Amino acid sequence: MNRLLAFATAALLLGLFALDAFAIDPLPFKDRSEEVRFQNLTKQLRCLVCQNQDLADSDAPLAGDLRKQVFEMMRAGKSDAQIKEYLVARYNDFVLYDPPLKPGTWLLWFTPLALVLIGAFAVVRIVRARGRLAVAAHAGVKDNVNSGDDDW
Amino acid sequence: MNRLIPLFVFFALVGLLGFGIYWNKHHEMSEVPSPLIGKAAPDFTLPLLYEPEKTISGKQLLGAPYLLNVFGSWCPTCQYEHPILTQQIKPLGIKLIGLDWKDEPDDAKRWIAQFGNPYDALITDRDGRAGIDFGVYMAPETFLVDAKGVVRYKRIGMFTEENIRDELLPKIAQMQREASR
Amino acid sequence: MLPELGQFALILALLLAAVQCALPIFGAWRGIAGLVAVARPAVAGQAVFVVLAFGVLTYAFVTQDFSVAYVAQNSNLALPWYYRFSAVWGAHEGSLLLWILILNLWSVAVATFSRKLPDVLIARVLGVLGFIAFGFLLFTIVTSNPFARHLPGLADGADLNPILQDPGLIMHPPMLYTGYVGFSVAFAFAIAALLGGAESAGGEGRSAELVHWVRWARPWTNVAWAFLTFGITLGSWWAYYVLGWGGWWFWDPVENASFMPWLVGTALIHSQAVTEKRGGFRAWTLLLSIFAFSLSLLGTFLVRSGVLTSVHAFASDPKRGLFILAFLTIVVGGSLTIYALRAPKVAGGRPFHFVSRETLLLINNLLFTCAAAMVLLGTLYPLIGDALGVGRISVGPPYFGFMFFLLMLPVVLLLPFGPMFRWAAADWRAVLRSLLPALALALVAAVLAKLLINDLPIRGLIGVAASLWVAMGISLYAIKRWRDAPAGRRYTPEMLGMILAHFGVAIFLAGVLITEAASVESDLRFAPNESKTIGGLDFRFVGVQHAQGPNFAADEGTLEVRHSGQLVATLHPQKRQYVGGGSVQTKSDIDPGLFRDVYVALGEPLDDPAKTAQGATGAWAVRVYVKPFVRWIWLGGLFMMIGGFTAATDRRFRVVAERRNDASDSDVPAEVDALPAGAVAR
Repeated sequence: MNRLLAFATAALLLGLFALDAFAIDPLPFKDRSEEVRFQNLTKQLRCLVCQNQDLADSDAPLAGDLRKQVFEMMRAGKSDAQIKEYLVARYNDFVLYDPPLKPGTWLLWFTPLALVLIGAFAVVRIVRARGRLAVAAHAGVKDNVNSGDDDW
Repeated sequence: MNRLIPLFVFFALVGLLGFGIYWNKHHEMSEVPSPLIGKAAPDFTLPLLYEPEKTISGKQLLGAPYLLNVFGSWCPTCQYEHPILTQQIKPLGIKLIGLDWKDEPDDAKRWIAQFGNPYDALITDRDGRAGIDFGVYMAPETFLVDAKGVVRYKRIGMFTEENIRDELLPKIAQMQREASR
Repeated sequence: MLPELGQFALILALLLAAVQCALPIFGAWRGIAGLVAVARPAVAGQAVFVVLAFGVLTYAFVTQDFSVAYVAQNSNLALPWYYRFSAVWGAHEGSLLLWILILNLWSVAVATFSRKLPDVLIARVLGVLGFIAFGFLLFTIVTSNPFARHLPGLADGADLNPILQDPGLIMHPPMLYTGYVGFSVAFAFAIAALLGGAESAGGEGRSAELVHWVRWARPWTNVAWAFLTFGITLGSWWAYYVLGWGGWWFWDPVENASFMPWLVGTALIHSQAVTEKRGGFRAWTLLLSIFAFSLSLLGTFLVRSGVLTSVHAFASDPKRGLFILAFLTIVVGGSLTIYALRAPKVAGGRPFHFVSRETLLLINNLLFTCAAAMVLLGTLYPLIGDALGVGRISVGPPYFGFMFFLLMLPVVLLLPFGPMFRWAAADWRAVLRSLLPALALALVAAVLAKLLINDLPIRGLIGVAASLWVAMGISLYAIKRWRDAPAGRRYTPEMLGMILAHFGVAIFLAGVLITEAASVESDLRFAPNESKTIGGLDFRFVGVQHAQGPNFAADEGTLEVRHSGQLVATLHPQKRQYVGGGSVQTKSDIDPGLFRDVYVALGEPLDDPAKTAQGATGAWAVRVYVKPFVRWIWLGGLFMMIGGFTAATDRRFRVVAERRNDASDSDVPAEVDALPAGAVAR
């Protein structure tokens, strides 16, 4: 138990703070927009060593190598999609923070909206049904704040 | 009936979480499966550790299967794996290639001198480029590549008796069956 | 000796929790007043022993008793005295004890401030709380004993994780837990109401008091929600200045674990309002009460079971995971079963038109619940991916941020309509007309912002427009109320709380969207005395010196920040090496401001130190951020928190109807005594 805890702590610390803070990586960007593109791109990529950090913020040596790789590919004129494809081909979809839309992720992308639609449908149906009662009961309501209806 | 829906959804959730605990016990959560399995191994040309003017390339290795073991002198787990490589992997008779990953040649030579050299060939990847092509993200990792150059299996982390028995050996057997057809 | 006393105290607390749970609930069921009366004393007794146990553990930390394994793992001789207190909850075992302590404090509060409530109801409420305490105490004693000894005692301990050595840590977990755990009170009230038949069909023969359970639950729920809001806000602010990378929310699984109860809790406080005032949404309120606390329990599970990887997670252990899962199954499965058996079979409450405040609140319930479901789905999806065999799926901020934005967009658009719409039937055209000034202001401001700052991305414009729409919308309501209501009854505390909290939403929106749109970040190489310009400010790197702290040594950089030649701030980012574990921490330095933060973090020396002259500094890598409006994110959270607390103080929640409700044809709560004079009862 002690050893497990110590190892976990060490792994955590090693992950978060490597002995050298490589994440701060001044690269020779030619202008601001190239730098912003690089930042946006590396923020979308996962560091596989410390798996809960993105490539932009990870101190791991591998992250430094991959940042260099991304930079070189950007300079070589590759698009964001091509760079991502390059990394996915080697490291698996897992390296992307944005889950790609494919049969394995349909459940992920479509369920929340499906829930909202189902819920909305149910709401409309139920409220409409009650609404018919309400219209009969509240005909002629005036905008009077002192009536019970506006009170909190 | 409507009132039972939350309960059913909850039980589905519990099932998933129970599965999660089971999965966690039997898998290393940080292992990421390799997309290279079943595909051609990336080509490489890397210098030998002891004779840096000579190189080995992936093409030269075609024709016979090999195991590519990624290690480094800076990697403590690799020390634990070393005896297993010598005693259990090497006797399997498959060519064992050591890839010294992101390491200084002097440190690597010292490490090999201290622990011994189980490898049929020892190459170095100092800047990690070949490692990126193979999707290496930690050490030790080991790739099983068949005679045609297709990656058949990747072991992330050190070899243990269990995963040699349960994963590596079956893959080797399958590979040999297919080769003999 | 003393740690064993602590252990013993926990066992006694466990026994009292069992008594607190079993006897009152049985007594309430069978009508045995003697057993019912056991509830309050049992709560007091359990609390005494839990406080004792917590005190013993704290004492062990303060006196640095390294014979206690937990103390040895989480502190060392060099740890400053003020962190010894907060180290108590720095890891799994101690944080569990904190959880239990806070549960006890809530239980004592409920037992104390419920004199006017029917004994039978309180017996059930305290009984449910006792069951929860029992589960957690059992878990602690069996799998996570904080008093386990490490004998022979170590001379020195490991260390408290450096990122936890921070004032933020002292506040964040206790506030967060107070919120999390506080939802157990709403949960207990809901279960008590279900058990007591308050919600069963028809309502024949039940006493009027039980019908009021929602009214009594409301202040407790609002306070819990306010604490949770505060805890999450603190956590976000703390992550921002401690983690060094300028981020304030990462959609990390453990952050999500606290956010899900918050989302459901927000739906709950709104749903309770409808149930209390109009009698409707009873099923929603019951379910949301159950879900809010269930998500708190689920969060506890996710953080400690190792099922998900997270930077935040405590050390994982499948045995612990199974225990919590079993407990979760019993508590949530049990409560959902009780719900299935006892929930209202007929929709109750006053009828309402399709266009009404009720409908808006129903939409609110739906969207917040779906948002919570979305966060749960995304957080668990890697596991689902493994289960379905589709490979390792990674779900991160691009998914969560995008989906959350989609789901909250309707909420933000409809927010100003909520208070303006009347109950039962609203005149939407009139309301829209009265909100036109808000719409106009929002659009004009967005256009102005685009003209002033040409390269402001669309997100920034949306942020400006949305926050003004909400702020102006709620202000228009406040003005309308001032004009139309008679003096002395203009703003009830509940209404005031609502106004403050919604204002907080507006501030939060501005903060988030403007910061995301207009932040500037850069990794720079600075030679000594070199200056660079970022985000309209000039940064001059003076150099790096050695600095010493109580348990660390550091390289400290100095940067001067100037705006149009004027010195605005001098920042001292550090790279610390801690004595205990030898770990290195990047400690950034921030110049905070209401309208912008300047944030610097020190990286690596880029020149070989051996080659530079003695005493001279070579070039260093420095990361610089200029983040406009980032403080508004937490300011918004604070406003929401204040709103929650304000609403809870409303006296009407505490008044029990003096007259029994003998209108037997109506299942609506009697409101005559509780409403301000002048209201017409129906």
